[in-house]
Amino acid sequence: MGQIIQYIQSYRHSDLTPGAAGNMFWALVYIMLVFVGLSVAVIAMNWLERKILAHMQVRLGPMRVGPHGLLQPIADAIKLLLKEDIMPAEADALIFWVAPFVVVLAAFTVFVVVPFGPTHAITDMNIGILFMLGVSSLSVLGVVMAGWASNSHYPLIGALRSSAQMVSYEVAMGMAVVSAILMTSLHGLGPYGVSAASSGTGTLSMIGIVQAQNEQHVWFLFKFFPLGFIAFGIFAIAMVAETNRAPFDLPEAESELTAGFHTEYSGLRWSLFMLGEYAAMIAVSSIAVTLWLGGWYRPFANSLTGDTWDLVFSLFPGLIFLGLAAIAFVGVRRMPKHPYFRVQTIGLAGFGAVLGLIGLILFVPPVRDRIQDIFWFVAKVAGFMYLYIWYRATFPRYRFDQLMKVGWKVLLPIGIGVLILTAILGVVL
Amino acid sequence: MQQAVQPGMQPVATTFFFYLLSGFTLLSGVFVITRKNPVHSALALIFGLLAQAGLYLMLYAPFVAGVQIILYAGGIMVLFLFVIMLVNLERSQREEQFNGQWVVGLLAAIALGGLFVTVYVKGKALFPYRIAQPVENTNTQQIGLMLYGQYMFAFEIASLLLLVAIIGAVVMAKKRI
Repeated sequence: MGQIIQYIQSYRHSDLTPGAAGNMFWALVYIMLVFVGLSVAVIAMNWLERKILAHMQVRLGPMRVGPHGLLQPIADAIKLLLKEDIMPAEADALIFWVAPFVVVLAAFTVFVVVPFGPTHAITDMNIGILFMLGVSSLSVLGVVMAGWASNSHYPLIGALRSSAQMVSYEVAMGMAVVSAILMTSLHGLGPYGVSAASSGTGTLSMIGIVQAQNEQHVWFLFKFFPLGFIAFGIFAIAMVAETNRAPFDLPEAESELTAGFHTEYSGLRWSLFMLGEYAAMIAVSSIAVTLWLGGWYRPFANSLTGDTWDLVFSLFPGLIFLGLAAIAFVGVRRMPKHPYFRVQTIGLAGFGAVLGLIGLILFVPPVRDRIQDIFWFVAKVAGFMYLYIWYRATFPRYRFDQLMKVGWKVLLPIGIGVLILTAILGVVL
Repeated sequence: MQQAVQPGMQPVATTFFFYLLSGFTLLSGVFVITRKNPVHSALALIFGLLAQAGLYLMLYAPFVAGVQIILYAGGIMVLFLFVIMLVNLERSQREEQFNGQWVVGLLAAIALGGLFVTVYVKGKALFPYRIAQPVENTNTQQIGLMLYGQYMFAFEIASLLLLVAIIGAVVMAKKRI
């Protein structure tokens, strides 16, 4: 027993990720935390997407279940769990059954290397970014399996579209990623600061990439302006196509294919597809944040330095939660005064109180210091999630030939150009 | 063997995982050739390739493992499936799967088996007994330095060959460009 406690405590002063330190216990704890956090994020995203989309289209969105529809995702989850799980008679049973799990597994596995902080990752791999791209590209297999195993026309067309789309956008995406990885190795004497510690070879490790940005005192988004910016733009477009989201949601285009590859799915297995889709969205967003937006570092980490600025930026997490609490209390004030709404009003007030309490806890210095990096990482990812919703409300769906044209004839040549220019600048500067 | 490995990163149950992954590889290989449905074969092949990636990881070659996943399991096999789905499965399922050429098959099997037995028996003499240096922390960097330093010429020749193949495929597929 004492040995176990010692084993658990031995990690406390480590400056490595639990995976790199080889501590099984904390690795498991981190895995559980990431899994739970991700599931909560998907639930929250479900509600936010419907709500934000509704407000963008001047509707109210879900309003019935709980105050402002806050309990809607839970109601939906219960509905999906209780719904009858139908399998088409002519379907290929085994593959039909396995496909949603492949999608979910691929989407969740990539979070093994996502760095929420210098030590807040499950593990740090030497091939981090390669692992993320590789495993997330496996999710297309699940889509193809689902479409084929359903043994019906719409799913098959959806699956074929999906595989063609994902394979083509992966190429452009790869070019953008490579140009960012190239930047980790460059330690030129240009206006971007020198890193004497850099060995000359770059790194594929997610943590290493973020640290390289800190060493060079610049987010790769702004490095070799506008090259980093263009590479980031290519990635930002390609990642929407990779996750089959609007405006590139041709594999599940309702107007043409009913629901595309998951037409024949229902109940729990359909919800697994949704879970996988949202988890994949978060995963690619965190790749973008890691490669171009400085990962867990706060904005202006190198220009606004000093204790005062550190303090100012460390107050952000708590202030955001207090702001959310304030919004909740405004909602309480504006609730109809009819007795019918009493329970909802009390519930919303309780929710606001919980948010406020979390905000207050985040002001406590030890918590504040430890939550910093996680907060900034999550905040940046959240920005991308908002963009996803925004795209969906803004852009009409592309036609398939337009989609292919954008991928192969626009993004790919620009990507190769950016890659070559980055390499040249790295040598010259 | 573990000099270069970080103190915390001792491999766990190496033998067990080796046999597990090899078992998966062999099993999926058998499935690839015995399944009548080509889609099932392709999926079994993907599983085998993933198990192989695991074996590369055990050899302290994470970069090769990553490339295996991203290129074979993620890229090439998706194209395989893509093509298989476009062909007429109904007909191929009714066709005879094995062509009954026992003599040739037996000869090939004996030759391969003989090779395996030779390697197993005389392996220590044939290949010098040297366990690869596990430079896991800088594996990718080492590969990069080698490819773009020592083996630059071979690397560029290989990429030129691939380029020729791509152009050839485009020319053959499209007479008028």
